[in-house]
Amino acid sequence: MAALLDALLLRSGYNAALVAIGAALLGSAAGAVGTFLYLRKRALVADAITHATLPGICLAFMGLTALGLDGRNLSALLAGAAVSAGMGLVAVEWMTRRTRLGEDAAIGAVLSVFFGLGVVLLTVIQAMSQGRQAGLQGFLLGSTAGMLYSEALLIAAGGSAAVVAVVTLRRPMTFVAFDAEHASAIGIDVRAVDFAMMGLVMAITVIGLKVVGLILIVALLIIPPVSARFWSEQSDRIVIAAAALGAAAGYVGAALSVTAPKLPTGALIVLFSAALFVLSLLLAPARGVVATLLRRQRFRKAVHLRQGLLSLAHRERILDGLTLSVLRRRGFIRRDGVATERGLKAAAEALRNERRWDIARELHRTELATSELIGLAPIDTVLTRDEVAAIDRRLALSGSKGVA
Amino acid sequence: MPQKPLTVMPLTSEAARESTADVPLAIRGLTVAYGDKPAVFSVDATFKSASLTAIIGPNGAGKSTLLKASLGIVPKVSGQVTCFGKPMARGLHRVAYVPQRASVDWDFPTRVTDVVAMGLYRELGLLRWLRPSDHRRIEACLDRVGMGAFADRQIGQLSGGQQQRVFLARALAQGADLYLLDEPLAGVDAATESAIIGVLKSLRCEGKTVIAVHHDLSTVREYFDQVFLIDVRRIAEGPTATTFTMANLQTAYGGRLASSLVQELGISGRSAQAIAEGAA
Repeated sequence: MAALLDALLLRSGYNAALVAIGAALLGSAAGAVGTFLYLRKRALVADAITHATLPGICLAFMGLTALGLDGRNLSALLAGAAVSAGMGLVAVEWMTRRTRLGEDAAIGAVLSVFFGLGVVLLTVIQAMSQGRQAGLQGFLLGSTAGMLYSEALLIAAGGSAAVVAVVTLRRPMTFVAFDAEHASAIGIDVRAVDFAMMGLVMAITVIGLKVVGLILIVALLIIPPVSARFWSEQSDRIVIAAAALGAAAGYVGAALSVTAPKLPTGALIVLFSAALFVLSLLLAPARGVVATLLRRQRFRKAVHLRQGLLSLAHRERILDGLTLSVLRRRGFIRRDGVATERGLKAAAEALRNERRWDIARELHRTELATSELIGLAPIDTVLTRDEVAAIDRRLALSGSKGVA
Repeated sequence: MPQKPLTVMPLTSEAARESTADVPLAIRGLTVAYGDKPAVFSVDATFKSASLTAIIGPNGAGKSTLLKASLGIVPKVSGQVTCFGKPMARGLHRVAYVPQRASVDWDFPTRVTDVVAMGLYRELGLLRWLRPSDHRRIEACLDRVGMGAFADRQIGQLSGGQQQRVFLARALAQGADLYLLDEPLAGVDAATESAIIGVLKSLRCEGKTVIAVHHDLSTVREYFDQVFLIDVRRIAEGPTATTFTMANLQTAYGGRLASSLVQELGISGRSAQAIAEGAA
């Protein structure tokens, strides 16, 4: 426990601190990039890209050893990963565009073929280097044990660059995700933006290979955004929240990994990220489970309030216990069930609202898209002023007809 | 129809540029195909300045495709499109496009004001923050479509008509001279319909050009002064009074005319016939 605290407070040595900070930067970049991927509904493409890195890593290793160099040079391995991930991405795009295959099928094909090739190469490498560990296993699930200072620096620098790129491209990426046709019509090159987004995903994957590993990096791209979605209804805030959640997961996961060097770092980061997801799912104010329950409760009360006020307006007896208690708590009826002055005023208002809604349901029959159209809310909070005016004209008309 | 001899327009010469510079949208020989099935075939069109034009035609006639291909949203097989005398790619800053409401996911996490702000992209670029003057412009555009009180509303909470108004406000924010709208009145309530038509007519009064794909034949005469009839090929174009005729409608819709009117208006075949004849 003390060791974990030391790690969290960056007191476990210079390198461990550097790794934790690097992982946090990586996590925030992955969360931010992943949000755009999620909003564009292309999260699965990331899965193909990440798995497609393996053959590149292996080939780079084999090339380096053939040349008599150290096969574990991180920059060279990452360059190899980037090349084969890029080929995987191009393969997915090409199949989707040029053949009748859907993107899901293309993703499945590319993911399995590239990963299969990678596993074969990995086995070959292991047979080659029998005595000494090649150390490529760490790229599968992530490992920070024995990370070099230069490697940690590379990860931190890459993560920062990705964050800068996301900030720069946030507008076109958001516009393309919401409405690609309009984006194209205002002069945004949709293909270029999509390409840049995938390029960022590739960059995150490559940077994260050492810490999180290629199998789990996709979790860092997807879990923080979907967790953040529970917290806000505004895309820019979701990006920031996802970056924060990703950073927390990276930081805590890397710190945990210092205290438990035998466990793969990637798995720890992803597990902590999943814990944050569960917390968001339960507690987030916008869409969390608790908030939803409370909202449902409020909805029930609103239904009873409307029913009760309409009963008051029609001078009907109210028998339902919840209805009575809702009315009583608002001071609309006295303890003995007789309506107060305020209650009668509210009842008249509710009746007017109800009549307006009756007309509204008729006029807006084709577009019952919103649940508000069932008539619980005051109508002028749901419809525009001219829409309400149109309803009131109809109401006046039917009223005068009724008199005549 | 005999093919006209292909005259090469000297588009680079000053004289030609002057003659087309006041034409908001000119289309020559536009063909668009999905796979090997043409959606729009060899269409010519010239839209007049300060007019309100309805693009009408049966389902699958290429109405939406005509707009999208003009803007370069879908690739064209051949043809050239000019906007105020320039190739469309260089004239896009003078054009505002309103896509079909159903083409986007309204559960997207964003607010009304953010959607309208998308119309300012050309001025904002990648990094500039919104200034108070930008916010005032967004408010003014929302007020113009009657949505001023809804600026902070989540777009998922809007009704269909309100969604359409937000799209129109986004187009207004672009401050364009040419407005291309894809079915702006489809599935909206009567109040929204008259609000939108009010805005479109006021745009025409300001000298702007409005072109809208329109599906409701019964309101064409009331709303639009120009008509462009299409059924993959161009059928007719010109002032509503002389172009929106029974003969042209028969050519465009064929036997589908009566049935499509019945479908869209929910009236009997006999009165559909009467409306079509009244239009003629």
